[in-house]
Amino acid sequence: MSAVDHYLNAFEAEAAGLPGRGQPWLDGIRDAGIERFAEVGFPTPRNEQWKYTRVAAIEKRRFGLPAAATPVTARQLEPFLFSGLACDRLVFVNGRYASALSSISEGEVRMESLAAVLKNEPALVEQHLAHYGDMKRNAFTALNAAFMLDGAYVHLPRNVAAERPVHLLFVSTEDGGEFAAHTRNLIVAEEGSSGKVIESYVALGDGGYLTNNATEVVLGANSELEHYKLQEESLKAFHIAALDVHQDRDSRFTSHAVSFGALLGRQDINAVLDAEGAVCNLYGLYVADGRQHVDFHTTVEHAKPHGTSREFYKGIIGGRARGVFNGRVHVHQDAQKTDSQQSNKNLLLSHHAEVDAKPELEIYADDVKCSHGATVGQLDDNMLFYLRSRGIDKEAARGLLTYGFAQDIIDHMSLAAVRDHLEGILVRRVPAAESVAGIL
Amino acid sequence: MLEIRDLHVSVEGKPILNGITMDVKKGEVHAIMGPNGSGKSTLSHVLAGREGYEVTSGTITYEGKDLLEMEAEERARDGIFLAFQYPVEIPGVNNSYFLKAAVNAGRTHRGEEELDAVAFMKLVREKMKLVDLKDDLMKRAVNEGFSGGEKKRNEIFQMALLEPRLALLDETDSGLDIDALKIVADGVNALRTDERAIVMVTHYQRLLNYIVPDHVHVLAAGRIIKSGDRSLALELEERGYGWVLEQEAAA
Ligand SMILES: Nc1ncnc2c1ncn2[C@@H]1O[C@H](COP(=O)(O)OP(=O)(O)OP(=O)(O)O)[C@@H](O)[C@H]1O
Ligand SMILES: [Mg+2]
Repeated sequence: MSAVDHYLNAFEAEAAGLPGRGQPWLDGIRDAGIERFAEVGFPTPRNEQWKYTRVAAIEKRRFGLPAAATPVTARQLEPFLFSGLACDRLVFVNGRYASALSSISEGEVRMESLAAVLKNEPALVEQHLAHYGDMKRNAFTALNAAFMLDGAYVHLPRNVAAERPVHLLFVSTEDGGEFAAHTRNLIVAEEGSSGKVIESYVALGDGGYLTNNATEVVLGANSELEHYKLQEESLKAFHIAALDVHQDRDSRFTSHAVSFGALLGRQDINAVLDAEGAVCNLYGLYVADGRQHVDFHTTVEHAKPHGTSREFYKGIIGGRARGVFNGRVHVHQDAQKTDSQQSNKNLLLSHHAEVDAKPELEIYADDVKCSHGATVGQLDDNMLFYLRSRGIDKEAARGLLTYGFAQDIIDHMSLAAVRDHLEGILVRRVPAAESVAGIL
Repeated sequence: MLEIRDLHVSVEGKPILNGITMDVKKGEVHAIMGPNGSGKSTLSHVLAGREGYEVTSGTITYEGKDLLEMEAEERARDGIFLAFQYPVEIPGVNNSYFLKAAVNAGRTHRGEEELDAVAFMKLVREKMKLVDLKDDLMKRAVNEGFSGGEKKRNEIFQMALLEPRLALLDETDSGLDIDALKIVADGVNALRTDERAIVMVTHYQRLLNYIVPDHVHVLAAGRIIKSGDRSLALELEERGYGWVLEQEAAA
């Protein structure tokens, strides 16, 4: 059976049980998703968007529903929490909401399982759900639209400043088997609201599962959202994700995307600055070694005047790993006075490591300020010698410099508890990790 | 303490040092002067163990050991310190973590216990006074955004922390105003002991008024073409290098 047939059959078998089935508007989305997927199948390298990232390994497997896994305990989640951070938390195990592990405080911000919303109050999300992720462009987004099972719905009402960040914790277990979690999040910030949302994707054990996530963020006029995405999947897993952001007038969106895990990770981040004065900041850090493959494709659409975008991505690639960064900035004809900067810097830690970095600037307005740059390099000899000349051994010096290279990306995060957590992960991923940890 | 014998060094096949012989004994201060590009920094880098230089012949013996067999970090732990002509900015690496690691690398090597954070900060405060640096530099990244003078003072501060037996100061006086020069010189003089040798590269006699050398050498085209005492520096200041180069050519 071909891969496409496998998913078509699965859809036929499972559709009736998917949340919200029977709602005509939602059925329409799911059906359009599976049709689109049937039409195009998994992307091949002939597709320009997937030129450097082959998904044959995903296509070969027959991902289905997770096996019945042993229940996850709160204690097992401790390593994935941000110590010292007071936040609300929604936990998902193998793609399904786990209310017993979640904690949600009373307040004006609404947050709950998307599956529950689709079952009980689908009208709440009808306006936005699957309106921003383009299933024409991305076959995985289409597949997600068809199968979306659960995830979070977060709603920041008008003029409400959320008191606590919301942590969405997606845990995959090894005993879940080779399953696919088509998770879907919808974050809606109404006019004048502000908040912070952290998505983390982590693993208990070493499973070879597929996360196929789609997150949509809708920012009303003058709203503000700081979004964190921490990808720390199992090193045998596949992580595919699309983050689609729609920004209204004077809204401010900041994304921090940090990628450490997965055998193959691919994230598409698309922000549309669809009204005047919107601000979009995209910060990213990807670390890969061994045989990992990590790919970030970002697009910033400056559709209207006076928009500002800042994009800073750094990659640390070692072993035989490969990094891909494609940063597209599209300034529409109407988007005068756009101010856009993009930079992507990559550090290669081994001779076998590889990076493909490609900024793509398309500018159709004439009165704009745009800059971009991409570099791929090794550790600086002058810096290495300076550290060694003070008695720090070569490998520890390499580790310290690698750690230092990533530091400014982490420094952009406003939540100290998240910074600390990430620094703790980062330090374990640099050369001479133990010595470096001893120094810091 | 340090014996350099007929040292020849090339970079990418290009000869830069062409037979340097020099002896430095405990407690001595040597000054090396010479025109731009003559090889002064190259000599300091080779002594400190920088990679990328090819020693084509000659030997360097430090406290009886073959220095050329040692890695840069081993030399540092064993008491060699280089104050850089151009101190390197290292974004993202915190100055105080870096210095603590450096101090503890030396201590571990000597079989002493590592300093904890409290003991280290106490040491830092004591040594910072010596060169009049502000504590907040400790919270910043290594040399990042430091002014030229702060970078040079930071080098001497590191020397004070690490207490080397052989200090190589490469143009530590360049770019300093007169007050800063005096602070740096006082710092170095405070570290001058019978056990410690200092080799300083400079273009200016001015520094030698503050730190009086026992020996002065002129390095030109990769060779020491004249050595003398302090009066040689005064003469060079007055007459330039031309006459020494002519003497050398005639010989
Ligand atoms: N890595 C290198 N590659 C090529 N040439 C080099 C390298 N390092 C030094 N040189 C050359 O070696 C010569 C000596 O340089 P060095 O820096 O030692 O001079 P210096 O005496 O310290 O000069 P200054 O007084 O200007 O500091 C110069 O011609 C320089 O260009
Ligand atoms: Mg020099």
